[in-house]
Amino acid sequence: MGSTSSTLLKIPNVEVLMQETGFSPAHIIRLHDRFKALDKEGRGHLCPQDFGAIKELAMNPIGDRIIGAFFSPGKETVDFHTFVKILAHFRPVDKDRPKEPNSPEPINSRSNKLKFAFQLYDQDKDGKISRDELLKVLRSMLGMQVTEEQLESIADRTIQEADLDRDEAISFEEFRKSLEKVNIDHKMSIRFLR
Amino acid sequence: MESYLFPFDSLICMLLGISFTVWFTLLLVFIIVPAIFGVSFGIRRLYMESLVKLFEVSECFVNRFNQIIEKNWFKMSLEQEVQEMRRGGAEPEFDMSDIFYFCRRGVESIVDDEVTKRFTAEELESWNLLTRSNYNFHHISTRLTALWGVGVLIRYGFLLPLRVTLAFTGVGLLVVLTSIVGLFPNGRMKNYLSDKVHLMCYRICIRALTAIITYHDSENKPKNGGICVANHTSPIDVIILASDGCYAMVGQVHGGLMGVIQRAMVKACPHIWFERSEVKDRHLVAKRLSDHVADTSKLPILIFPEGTCINNTSVMMFKKGSFEIGCTVYPVAIKYDPRFGDAFWNSSKFGMVNYLLHMMSSWAIVCSVWYLPPMSRMEGEDAVQFANRVKAAIARKGGLADLLWDGGLKRGKVKEVFKEEQQKLYSKVLVGSSEDRSHS
Repeated sequence: MGSTSSTLLKIPNVEVLMQETGFSPAHIIRLHDRFKALDKEGRGHLCPQDFGAIKELAMNPIGDRIIGAFFSPGKETVDFHTFVKILAHFRPVDKDRPKEPNSPEPINSRSNKLKFAFQLYDQDKDGKISRDELLKVLRSMLGMQVTEEQLESIADRTIQEADLDRDEAISFEEFRKSLEKVNIDHKMSIRFLR
Repeated sequence: MESYLFPFDSLICMLLGISFTVWFTLLLVFIIVPAIFGVSFGIRRLYMESLVKLFEVSECFVNRFNQIIEKNWFKMSLEQEVQEMRRGGAEPEFDMSDIFYFCRRGVESIVDDEVTKRFTAEELESWNLLTRSNYNFHHISTRLTALWGVGVLIRYGFLLPLRVTLAFTGVGLLVVLTSIVGLFPNGRMKNYLSDKVHLMCYRICIRALTAIITYHDSENKPKNGGICVANHTSPIDVIILASDGCYAMVGQVHGGLMGVIQRAMVKACPHIWFERSEVKDRHLVAKRLSDHVADTSKLPILIFPEGTCINNTSVMMFKKGSFEIGCTVYPVAIKYDPRFGDAFWNSSKFGMVNYLLHMMSSWAIVCSVWYLPPMSRMEGEDAVQFANRVKAAIARKGGLADLLWDGGLKRGKVKEVFKEEQQKLYSKVLVGSSEDRSHS
């Protein structure tokens, strides 16, 4: 593939990136084009406003949280590597990948997808979803369509069902357990073509 | 030395003189005269067919890339997805996994979103040998490059000067002839002449762009006392429609060359030009439009309700102003064939001059125009619903996606109301069903 390799060479550490994320060269190029399109001022990194400019994302009730997932605590910019690594969570699970004992878990494993979803709830990153955090998410998803009491009853019911060690919060293990029958691969994957 | 140059000088002058005459005669015979009479030799169609063959040849030399994600894969509505995620058929309640739907949709839009796509040029499936459409095709062989080089020579060396000459002729004639017609007293003769003059000049402009247009369903052409609405892709839309029928134009008064043209046109027949200050006053605008429409001796008004140029893959929200007036609306769908030249004007990227240069150095502008049957506002329908109905008809006929997005999103922010729509849908699924439970 003639000129495609020249585009790839412009991206630093692209081999490592492809290995870590499992994206093919064609995907990396398309994602790079997308990154450049979002980076309207050509600074080489993205800031929250660049994400905010995506209209469909602005319309999403949890859009802010998703944007927040791209920025590590304290950082205000996202470079191309981080961008691709976060998006790698949404690659469909590789069914044919052989299980090497010493290789690190792939970014798009079921467990890592769950962790990604968990952090959307757990904004203070203390490893638990408190009642307050749950209420906040419910409020985002339902807006003004339900009353405070309805929200609280939903939250209480959810915690009651999932909270196994009775500490009034949902830990990652409890989260994982409550979703063990859900087809995470299907729900948390985007089909990247080619 | 001078005596040697002299014979060469006169020889060169003679050659130039002859080629100029030949050139101009050819121009007159093959282009201007047919434009005056509205006939066609079919040269442009022949040209188009040869271009298609050329593209098929170049197709084998090129790699292509498709869309990055398959959005239609597992495309379900919010309700269906949420129901599906419930396990064991229990009554719908909030579940921790509900967030997956929003999360996935959000990340999909980060990778590829619908709205931004509409405001950038449409992506082609295969390359049409124009540099400006080469955004996906990174791998080009030497043979293809040679073909492209020849294309550049033809387009910039031959087609561009030809087209520029024609454009100047067309515009010049428009200004001069409409001013002359303006000297006539008002009456049937003046209207007749004005129609002929307008049509002729627009036809010359069409040839200046090498536009190959197919008109469908001409029996539905707009009549006096009505409003013609069409989807908007570029300023050329006006020329395309006006070369097949006579319309009254609506627009802001401009300065410079545009202003000269506008002032000349309005001498021959009544167009509606607004001062900048008047545009803000919606009642004034509506009144002037209604007055014009009420007078059946005046031509149908041509309006583009999207308010801005869209890239011709979809139709965006129509502004309701023209639909409030209460007269017959004649919808028209315009669809460009992007293989020959992209007519979309991305006004945030290119200025007008740049855009015209692009247009005139493309292979051709090929489009189809469909005249749809007239529509009127029905009982109990408000202006917005009527506008949406017309929009859906246009989108369907032209094979464009019918989006509820506002063309104003090109520059403005998303309104909160769209987020609320999502929240409403989700809450209906949850709370609606829990109410059923409490009743049973």
